[in-house]
Amino acid sequence: MKTEPVIFEYSRPGRRAPSHAPAEAAGPGDLPAAVLRTDPPALPEVSELQAVRHFTRLSQLNFSIDTHFYPLGSCTMKYNPRACNRLAMLPGFLGRHPLGAVERGQGFLACMHELQEMLKAVTGMPGVSLTPMAGAQGELAGVAMIRAYHRARGDGARRVVIVPDAAHGTNPATAVMCGFEVREIPTDPSGDVDLEALRSAVGPDTAGIMLTNPSTLGVFERRIGEIAAIVHGVGGLLYYDGANLNAILGRALPAAMGFDVVHINLHKTFSTPHGGGGPGAGVVAVTQRLEPFLPVPMVTCEAGRYRWLTGRERPQSIGRLSAFMGNAGILLRAYVYMRMLGGEGMRRVSGFATLNANYLMAKLRESGFEIAFPGRRASHEFIVSLKGLSRETGVTAMDFAKALLDHGYHAPTTYFPLLVPECLLIEPTETESREELDGFVAALVAIRDLARRDPAQVKAAPLTTPVRRLDDVRAARDLDLTWQSKRPATGGA
Amino acid sequence: MAAIPGELKYTKDHEWVRPEEGGSVVVGITDHAQQQLGELVFVELPDAGRTVAAAEACAVVESVKAASDVYAPLAGTVIGVNDALDAEPGLVNRSPYGEGWLFRMQPAPGGLAGLLDAAAYQQILEQEG
Repeated sequence: MKTEPVIFEYSRPGRRAPSHAPAEAAGPGDLPAAVLRTDPPALPEVSELQAVRHFTRLSQLNFSIDTHFYPLGSCTMKYNPRACNRLAMLPGFLGRHPLGAVERGQGFLACMHELQEMLKAVTGMPGVSLTPMAGAQGELAGVAMIRAYHRARGDGARRVVIVPDAAHGTNPATAVMCGFEVREIPTDPSGDVDLEALRSAVGPDTAGIMLTNPSTLGVFERRIGEIAAIVHGVGGLLYYDGANLNAILGRALPAAMGFDVVHINLHKTFSTPHGGGGPGAGVVAVTQRLEPFLPVPMVTCEAGRYRWLTGRERPQSIGRLSAFMGNAGILLRAYVYMRMLGGEGMRRVSGFATLNANYLMAKLRESGFEIAFPGRRASHEFIVSLKGLSRETGVTAMDFAKALLDHGYHAPTTYFPLLVPECLLIEPTETESREELDGFVAALVAIRDLARRDPAQVKAAPLTTPVRRLDDVRAARDLDLTWQSKRPATGGA
Repeated sequence: MAAIPGELKYTKDHEWVRPEEGGSVVVGITDHAQQQLGELVFVELPDAGRTVAAAEACAVVESVKAASDVYAPLAGTVIGVNDALDAEPGLVNRSPYGEGWLFRMQPAPGGLAGLLDAAAYQQILEQEG
């Protein structure tokens, strides 16, 4: 296979795409001469066909959910239904200006209001704000609300946020960004939070705890009720990291587990496209006592008319998180997805996500792979540890990840969570067929056989991808993020 | 197998401590720790003059796999850091007990008590399997 050069390498001075060129070059109008540029911008000069071929080829090099099984644990890489895309791109939505009159955007606002209501139903929480534009921003909003809540009560002593050692790295990072100190608590051998450690970690300085349930270990936190009682008992709040909501959708409510605030990654659970940096949507939902602090704006409905609630009506709000109201196109896609599935469909999502994960886990165990928590039922994902095999053959989890690419599978998440050595975190999602899952097992078995027979071959993978094994150490140490032309600059007219 | 020099002291969190003449100590991470992390790409060291409590997170080692805190093995004051790691974090992998040292501390009185000897650290590694 070949790679594709950057488009600047096709550039030739003066080459244009005639069908896109205006018949008459536009003049500078009445702009003062002092602000006009003297040389043309350094844009690639290519024909229209060259541009089309370049981007088509790039798209063909892509490893994506539309082309390959993508069991990237914790990321919920499920199929993105085309209907969501199509309906979110109706001309009325695309052409709507965010500063346009509210009367002319009632349809859009109605969708957003219904989305708020549906998200209340799936979390059990009475308050929702759609505005955070990514999971991390939702986390920031959630913990900022916890801080605002304690401050509003005049309680300045709460400076500690408790985080289990199995948490996503964003959890402690968020707590620190909000000015809290992080106190880490361990996980017990069966994968649950160590309750004794929690009891001795909490006190009058506890602002709250951040949890993912099911946890990043792919198991349900069984004693969540006790955890909530311990944290609430000392006056702290519970934050639910919604990364793994796909496992419990329509079956368990974060509010019923005792959580006070939850962020939901619409781009995971509600199937809007993601990967490669977004755009995302990390909406937040809260219990009654945190409602005054929700980020603005939100949509309200009075006598059949929809309008925005702003900071004026929500004086205790933590404020705005985006220029307008979040990633409108992503929110619409999630809205369509939820409307297509309905309540019963959402229950099927979590049911089949869990069934697929447990089927895959059982097949891999049968095939002799070591499951990290063999005594536990998997949630929507599970962990395989390659520690034994790595000792025996020298082939690591990263080598497996690379070799899977040659078999036509995206690698699972590797080396996360950090608690399990040489781990693969595997999340098949509900949208894969049994045949696909069986094929994935066969690939892992084939790689293991090869590792035992000829480990050097596995370490040489991938062989079939446009670029071979990348030097990730050098990529991290010697950052080089700009492309430099090898030819002298053109233009200067 | 990871090297565990007999003359050093250790913590269960995989730091090593080398007492020097004059009472100061040199701190680094063990061979086992660097093997687990893989090739380091970044090391963040404490400022000289900082006072740290025992087990306080005071440095970060980052590899392509993970970023991990390094904990102060004992209470005291940081009196110097290994500036060479800025340009060459891989020294920690190549020479964890030598050129890859992290920082130097002046321990608070009684600071060395509670550290493990090589045999006790070896036992911890075996338990971790």
